[in-house]
Amino acid sequence: MAIATDVTQRPSPWREFWAGVRQTVPLIVGAIPFGIIFGTLAQSSGLSFVGTVAMSLCVFAGSSQFIALGLLAAGSPIGMIILTTWVVNLRHLLYSAALVPYLKSLSQSWKLPLAFWLTDETFMVAVQRYRQRDLAPYKHWFHLGSALAMYTNWQLCTLLGLTLGQTIPNAASWGLDFAMVATFIGMTIPYLTTRPMLAAVIMAGGTALIARSLPHQMGLMVAAVAGIAAGVAVENRLKSGEKDNEPK
Amino acid sequence: MNPNELILIAGMTLVTFSIRYFLLAMSGKLSLSPRLLQTLNYVPPAVLTAIVVPAVLIAEDQLWLGLGNPRLIGAIAALGVGLWRKNLLLTIMVGMGAFLLWQAVDLAN
Repeated sequence: MAIATDVTQRPSPWREFWAGVRQTVPLIVGAIPFGIIFGTLAQSSGLSFVGTVAMSLCVFAGSSQFIALGLLAAGSPIGMIILTTWVVNLRHLLYSAALVPYLKSLSQSWKLPLAFWLTDETFMVAVQRYRQRDLAPYKHWFHLGSALAMYTNWQLCTLLGLTLGQTIPNAASWGLDFAMVATFIGMTIPYLTTRPMLAAVIMAGGTALIARSLPHQMGLMVAAVAGIAAGVAVENRLKSGEKDNEPK
Repeated sequence: MNPNELILIAGMTLVTFSIRYFLLAMSGKLSLSPRLLQTLNYVPPAVLTAIVVPAVLIAEDQLWLGLGNPRLIGAIAALGVGLWRKNLLLTIMVGMGAFLLWQAVDLAN
């Protein structure tokens, strides 16, 4: 999953931009079914055509949009849906914290759109690019390319679901949303290289199972924080172990 | 679009955008300690796993471990191919293929 060396050797804003788009293509493949199913289900859950398009344009957060549909169909009050959206999207606070070191010196006219377009997928590929050791000055263009590719795709898929999706019987029951799960597994794999990372993943997964019935999908954040804590704990333990073993 | 829908979308937009922008808006004045930066390294895998594991193993609020669960088969296939070939697109395709195939076989029986 290496990023093309062309960008690192001859840096230019557009080369970075297109590298960001290209690096995001596999993630788009995984997001397409998810977006189409969202568009397909929206109207039967009680959203209007315009409302569905507006939600994808303005909120642009797949999993919370899905959960909102479910709550709408169940007749939940609007305040409850907004609260749940907040909890489900709290993970973006962790993402933005991790991006602070790379974006802090940019102007607000960069930070604002990059924040608006923050998604799981774009965060994962952007952080990978930022952490590469080359000193290319245009890495935020890579980030922008990934963000715009995801955004464009999400709008197109919403429209496809709203129109074509209606003509396919039971399109939503085929389980095509599994594509998102497969994508997220693929994004996790590059991290599974050290013992602390494995500890983080095992703890996060286990906690997510135990905490799944907490209200408003709070289990997700609880599990994420538990996983992070486990990773740090194991890393610190390994470090102090190394110190103890040093010859005196 | 009716007024309720407008309020819903405006509210969801506001909470989502403020979460995404809050720290970045003031990031010019933030300096993160090395300890916090070390902690943030674990954010991506921890969040992704916290989403994936229940999505694979929970069906109708019940734990579903076993070969009858097509999501579990798809996830194992994705994990295996991903670890072996380290290719994201291939991981997604094989995971999805295994899931669909298993589901089809299951429906046929």
